[in-house]
Amino acid sequence: MAQAPALPTGFELPLEPRLPRIGSIDQVAIEERAGTLAKRSIKRESKVFALELAVRMTDLTTLEGADTPGKVAALASKAVRPDPSDPGIPSVAAVCVYPNLVPTAVERVRGSDVKVASVATAFPSGQSPLEAKLDEVRWVVEHGADEVDMVIDRGAFLAGRYAKVYDEIVRVKEACGDAHLKVILETGELGTYDNVRRASLLAMAAGGDFIKTSTGKLPSAATLPVALVMLEAIRDVYEETGRRVGFKPAGGIRNAKQAVQHLVLVHETVGVDWLTPDLYRFGASSLLNDILMQLRKEKTGRYQSPDYFTID
Amino acid sequence: MSRLPVRKTYKLFIGGEFPRSESGRTYEAEGQNVARASRKDVRDAVRAARGAFGKWSGMTAYNRGQVLYRIAEMMEARRAEFANFCSGPKEVERSIDRVVWYAGWADKLAQVLGSSNPVAGPYFNFTVPEPTGVVGILAPPEPALLGLVSRVAPAIVGGNSVVVVASEPHPLAAVELAEVLATADVPGGVVNILTGRLEELAPVLAGHMDVNALDVSGADGEVAELERLAAENVKRVVRGDADDQSPWEIAGFLELKTVWHPIGV
Repeated sequence: MAQAPALPTGFELPLEPRLPRIGSIDQVAIEERAGTLAKRSIKRESKVFALELAVRMTDLTTLEGADTPGKVAALASKAVRPDPSDPGIPSVAAVCVYPNLVPTAVERVRGSDVKVASVATAFPSGQSPLEAKLDEVRWVVEHGADEVDMVIDRGAFLAGRYAKVYDEIVRVKEACGDAHLKVILETGELGTYDNVRRASLLAMAAGGDFIKTSTGKLPSAATLPVALVMLEAIRDVYEETGRRVGFKPAGGIRNAKQAVQHLVLVHETVGVDWLTPDLYRFGASSLLNDILMQLRKEKTGRYQSPDYFTID
Repeated sequence: MSRLPVRKTYKLFIGGEFPRSESGRTYEAEGQNVARASRKDVRDAVRAARGAFGKWSGMTAYNRGQVLYRIAEMMEARRAEFANFCSGPKEVERSIDRVVWYAGWADKLAQVLGSSNPVAGPYFNFTVPEPTGVVGILAPPEPALLGLVSRVAPAIVGGNSVVVVASEPHPLAAVELAEVLATADVPGGVVNILTGRLEELAPVLAGHMDVNALDVSGADGEVAELERLAAENVKRVVRGDADDQSPWEIAGFLELKTVWHPIGV
């Protein structure tokens, strides 16, 4: 088996009996704190800064059965230049697509800084044999994906088979080669904040470059309390080992206000070092248009209408 | 035994609810403290109106007429209260009658304003009226109730949803009307009523890109600046009278769509 990166002390995974030592989450306190941070008032210049940052942090995503090369091509063009009428708006961080559409996306973003991310490992369920998952990962990397968004095997995790989950992440990381690995926990299926924290530490210990909340296929996705739990896990790993792991909330972040709330959470939990696309991403599709509308509103002083922005 | 009467807080009407202004401000009018809406309240009201537009415009014309008639019913039940907020019972009665009059137009608009047009080819050619969308209305300062009803009724009967800036000196009739609308089967968001400073709210509404038409009946004098703001997204700008009653008032907030259809297919 491949060698895993150094584990945070006190979190020696995958030794199952030791998992409870990672502590537990105070549900009321975490929800209260997330709620309080979300109420913070953001003044105009800070808001414009946060919104432009959020654009640069966006993984513009389409993950539908109905995705076609045409749709992905349009999405990739939008990723490179989000607002055709305003060249001042930066490109997004990446486009995130299904494996079959990676070649199309790669072709379309060539020459820009936009990366191509692909979901893999039997997204969204993760319920496939390991070999099939690894083949999928190798395939997308060969076809030019810069980043791989894998899902953990929630079935194994919930059955207490943490070692299986851990080993899978290690093997997938190995198959990724130079590509960045984001590990999707699908927090909506983990049931408790304690499980979210455990899965976060497990994924980081196994070598994930990013941990990501959700697939976007469940109604309960990147809520603020879940994001806070994961950010605190990232902070703990950083404080113990000095290693910076990225975070990607995905699913359910649809408007600019929510995005700014998430950024406040980041700032207050792990600090400004994480306010960069290298360590923070939004997995979103409709979010981008709302941010563009807000930015144009700040520029023109007029409230905007979706009629004047693209239908994706 | 003496008791403390329950005093009423005069609030806004947005999306079927009665919020205070997000700014927390009030102003004094007719001896009461009335909510003073901000630009963010305008934004929220337009969002509510846009959200309600699909359902309201998609209802059958017959059904919309029924809802307007129901507004008149509820106003009738509150005649005494309304009379306190306007020039008196006579104005209340005229206002109620006006709502009923417009209610009757709901399912007659298409026949009167639409047409079947002769064309030089084997085609049917129909022109049908469709609602413009979200309409911003600057209600006339006076008469407090009749002026408001005379501008709102024609806009909603055609299927538009509206954001109304109530009369600045006489807002209480509008707040009372909101109580009626909330219980009259009007879907939340079809009519949104803001009270506050016209000078502050009118330019925001006129400049809002998601508003499709603007009724400037209540703007005093110079409206060139509002028209300039409205031009950015080519809003339909209507200037009506506080006491108008005519199908052409409805037509002011309708678009005529013409469709061709081959004969014999």
